[in-house]
Amino acid sequence: MSAVIRVRNLSRDFREVRAVDDLSFTVPAGEVYGFLGQNGAGKSTTIRMLLSLIRPTAGRIEIFDLDLERHRHKIMRSVGAIIEKPDLYKFLTALENLRIFSAMSGNRHSEKQLLHQLELVGLRERAHSKVQTYSQGMKQRLGIAVALVHDPDLIILDEPMNGLDPQGIADVRKLIVHLAHDRGKTVFVSSHLLNEMELIADSMLIINKGKKIAEGSKEELLNPTTAVVEVITGDASRATALVHQSRWSAFALPAGEGALRFELEKARIPELTKELVEMGIPIHSIRPRHSLEDLFLSLTAH
Amino acid sequence: MFRLLQIELFKIFSRPRTYIAFAVITAIIFLVQIALRFSGREYMDLIMSGVKETFEVPAEEALNGYLVCYIVLNLLLIHVPILVALVAGDVVAGEANMGTLRLLLTKPVSRTRLLLIKFLASSIYTILLLIWVAVLALGLSVLLFGTSDLFVAREVDSNIIAESDVLWRYFAAFLFAAIGLLTVTALAFMLSAFAENSIGPIVATVCIIIVFTILTQMQIPFYDETVKPYLFTTHMLGWKGFFYVRAEEGVTVDGSIEDFPLIVKSGLILIGYAALFVVTAIWYFRKKNILS
Repeated sequence: MSAVIRVRNLSRDFREVRAVDDLSFTVPAGEVYGFLGQNGAGKSTTIRMLLSLIRPTAGRIEIFDLDLERHRHKIMRSVGAIIEKPDLYKFLTALENLRIFSAMSGNRHSEKQLLHQLELVGLRERAHSKVQTYSQGMKQRLGIAVALVHDPDLIILDEPMNGLDPQGIADVRKLIVHLAHDRGKTVFVSSHLLNEMELIADSMLIINKGKKIAEGSKEELLNPTTAVVEVITGDASRATALVHQSRWSAFALPAGEGALRFELEKARIPELTKELVEMGIPIHSIRPRHSLEDLFLSLTAH
Repeated sequence: MFRLLQIELFKIFSRPRTYIAFAVITAIIFLVQIALRFSGREYMDLIMSGVKETFEVPAEEALNGYLVCYIVLNLLLIHVPILVALVAGDVVAGEANMGTLRLLLTKPVSRTRLLLIKFLASSIYTILLLIWVAVLALGLSVLLFGTSDLFVAREVDSNIIAESDVLWRYFAAFLFAAIGLLTVTALAFMLSAFAENSIGPIVATVCIIIVFTILTQMQIPFYDETVKPYLFTTHMLGWKGFFYVRAEEGVTVDGSIEDFPLIVKSGLILIGYAALFVVTAIWYFRKKNILS
């Protein structure tokens, strides 16, 4: 599959602070690419560099096989974006906002086409209301309509689900998946809602303190050869003491409430279970954890 | 380009604050016209008290639409720049403050082009403001007070310009005033490109104009040669030059201008300043990191 974005050794310094540190990644075409990281990890700085709002200190960005610095104008014709929060002209209506950004993208859409865009994000009824009367969720949806108005091939969404209610989140989730899987768009999306990213992303990049700590398809990342195993037991303190005296202490993670946690190869889970029982630890349940949240926490905790 | 300019103008004229300047100008001009309507005679006696022996002009005839316009321009052209700053100082920084600038800069429009369009839109606003001044100060004053010869009081001597020789001078003066106001527009615009919110550039522009105007009007010989020639506010007064006429044997020469090269020099200096401000804004903005 061809790549839409190729980032090589990207770095950005702000005075003494290195916000993005030698970051390299590739975003395949037609996928939802999740971009994860804690607050301050360098996500927004990276996105701003992808949109040429900030100049990199070092590194190279290619979008659609073109160098961003040299071909910005051509690239941006096919890119739609929301950056952090959808700030729009509050003193104008949704329709006027959409018309402005459509024109700025070099398009001339009819009112009917613009109203159709608003219908896609559920704002058709409020098309003629000023944005200052909108809720945060409505502004977010209008921001998405603005990002999509010129039918871009690459859509960069920074926290698109911020401020949305559960129905709104479900709608945006459905829209993102539809754009990538049914219409062949590439969606680069950052979010702190890990469960949402787990539902929509085909591939993911996880960064911490500006550095890449994991990249790959969802299957690769969430089904690694090792797993975090959570063992629920009736007597956690006694169980913890027993485990510390055994060879399994090397695999133990900090225990949770009423639970032991181990990080080990998946193939060794039956062996672990057998020996815990032999040690006389009462096991109520045992389950391998594969969620994105577990992966994210285990990767960013170090 | 034209489409993008239309968008910028639409944004400017969709905001209520844009009309504050028009409202303020309307109020000031009306107040001056009302005052002169009801106590114009006393005012004329005052300004002509020193020249009554030299000029034989009846006060009631001297107070006409042309003179009212001249009085209004003397009062207003120092203060209009402050109103210009309201829009020009907001045109870039206001977008940064709203958060829309970063969205605009993700569109396939170069930063230089975007900035030039914004400057052009601010300039059109300034010109419209000046046209509004012209309509009210000249058009309405002529309607209310009629026309006659224009009496122009100066520091040393005074001129009387024939009624038929006045109108073209106003056109020229407004044209020159446009250059002056566009220089202020460029200054506010440049400061706006540097800032992240509009308060800073608006206040900074107003402060610069106030300080420079005070320096321009100070009658201190030291400043006359060292500072004043370099202040754009000094040259903004060049419009008055169109009302300073040559006299031969005590009679003013129709169509004459006392020192036309001085007006041209001032105009060129103002254009130079405006170009410098715009180029500086573009140079800075092209490499600016958008963090807002």
